Amino acid sequence: MLEGTKSTNVESLEQIKNRIEAAIPGARLEIMPNGSASGQHSILVDNEHGLRIACFLRDDPQLRLDYASNVTGIDWPETVIKEKKKTRQLIEGVEREIEETVETRRPGYLEVVYHLYSMEFKHGPLILRLRTGDRAENVHLPSLTPVWRAAEFQEREIFDLFGIRFDSHPDLRRILMWDEFLDHPMRKDYVDPDDFEYEPTAHGAVLDRASQHRQTS
Amino acid sequence: MMESIATVPRYELTPASHDGTSGDLLEISMGPQHPSTHGVFRMDVVLDGERVVKLKPVFGYLHRNHEKIGETTSYLGSMPYTDRLDYFCSLTNNWAYALTIEKLAGLEVPERAEYIRVITAELTRIQNHICLAGFLLQDMGASGTPLMYAFREREKVLDLFESLTGARMMCNYMRFGGCRCDLPPDWLEQARKFADEFPAFHEEFQALLETNEILLARTQGVGVLKPDLAINAGVTGPMLRACGVNYDIRKVDRYGIYNRFKFRVPLGDHGDVYDRYMVRMLEMKESLEILRQALRDIPDGPIVDPKAKLRGFRPKAGEAYGRIEAPKGELGFYVISDGSPNPYRYRVRPPSFINLTILEDMCLGCHIADVVIILGSIDIVLGEVDR
Repeated sequence: MLEGTKSTNVESLEQIKNRIEAAIPGARLEIMPNGSASGQHSILVDNEHGLRIACFLRDDPQLRLDYASNVTGIDWPETVIKEKKKTRQLIEGVEREIEETVETRRPGYLEVVYHLYSMEFKHGPLILRLRTGDRAENVHLPSLTPVWRAAEFQEREIFDLFGIRFDSHPDLRRILMWDEFLDHPMRKDYVDPDDFEYEPTAHGAVLDRASQHRQTS
Repeated sequence: MMESIATVPRYELTPASHDGTSGDLLEISMGPQHPSTHGVFRMDVVLDGERVVKLKPVFGYLHRNHEKIGETTSYLGSMPYTDRLDYFCSLTNNWAYALTIEKLAGLEVPERAEYIRVITAELTRIQNHICLAGFLLQDMGASGTPLMYAFREREKVLDLFESLTGARMMCNYMRFGGCRCDLPPDWLEQARKFADEFPAFHEEFQALLETNEILLARTQGVGVLKPDLAINAGVTGPMLRACGVNYDIRKVDRYGIYNRFKFRVPLGDHGDVYDRYMVRMLEMKESLEILRQALRDIPDGPIVDPKAKLRGFRPKAGEAYGRIEAPKGELGFYVISDGSPNPYRYRVRPPSFINLTILEDMCLGCHIADVVIILGSIDIVLGEVDR
């Protein structure tokens, strides 16, 4: 839902979704509801058409979302969602209400969220989401830096901290951690090394060598 | 549709022109202990003579993974930690975080608390901008005097903060749905006194510097940023408005009670360092205008929403993005709740981190001495860039 002050045409998210699907054949979009009081619902976009949808949103004369304010990643590890469902069943000839716990396994994935605004029409935010296939191998997403330069450093940060590879990003390097660092610290299952404060120095080896010269009596 | 990708302007400036006399390129590492980098910030600069050919900012020296710490602590537990993001403007950081959680949980803020928030935020803006002016002039070689004048005025604001919150810089003052404590008895009187005295200093400071020949020569036409690139690169705050783009979140979102105040948004024309300096100087005047109106109209009443819980605060599952016009630009917080006492995801959208994206574009072709001023005019704070 776009909140706008000067926009002549404030569209609902449903209308925007329909227009994108009409403009880009084959695009698969899904509206993700938001249960909180903020009411900021978002659109989940498929990876193959991500770049074209972003171009559409930026160049569309009614939307003109020329400003990508916030770009961030979210880690969703694999979880089992427990839901309690009430069903009516016939037990021994009597209809009773029975509460059951239904367990559904949700595979893990990484998600990128773009908060888009329009500086021209002063409306927004429109929230885009993109998801990777899983958390280990299939972690490639299209980079939207060619569309919004504002995403350049933020996508680098997501690559650094979450480990999402942005294809066709002009300069995908680590930005906050040092270049030799291997892990991705913002992942939920990240365990920081227990010898973190004791970086490998020559200290131990030097002590060992020194001990050889010590007199043993 | 693929054609439109190709029509995206490629913001790659041509390297400094070679006139046949240039020799080898020189790669230098500027920082992280360089006095002009305003903290532990480094630039890998490639120079052709004195001209910048390539510049890559390197940071992360102060990285402590603020966002991960935010996920492991309670909602309220992050509030004092937001002070440490942009340690010049802790009160606006508090406000942005409180605003986001209020959106997430649907809390109302009492009128008096909204007024206190506006007053403290505008005081923060004044002291941030005056310090920036001092630092920028220090970088230009006006060693000491303007900075000390600026810090003298900043002390007065910090005294006000100390008597209100108990801390000069790490205020930790706002709470979800209001503020932590009410104003001390004669605080409004002191604030009015500051608002009355500040214009004299501001005029003197401006009269001394506005037409200073060295200042004009060093800043005009240096580090020019085009408005279309500024919008595309997500530049916000005084830097964006210096390019002539009228985008102030206080006017656009009208968060809090900003629709009640009359103020103007100063805009620049050329997008150079001089315009950025002047936009900030003019913004201080408008902040004073808001401050006067708020100090005149502030009502009595409660300062915190009675529905807001301090302990055991668990917002409903969902997410919210809230943003305010911080002195350095758009400060946003993005919080996802899963119904537990800790946020599932806690993200800070820091303005000076994103304003750094186009540092290279502004510096290409400039002298190495201008890089110092261009960086100074972005107004970065490394506590916020590195998080």
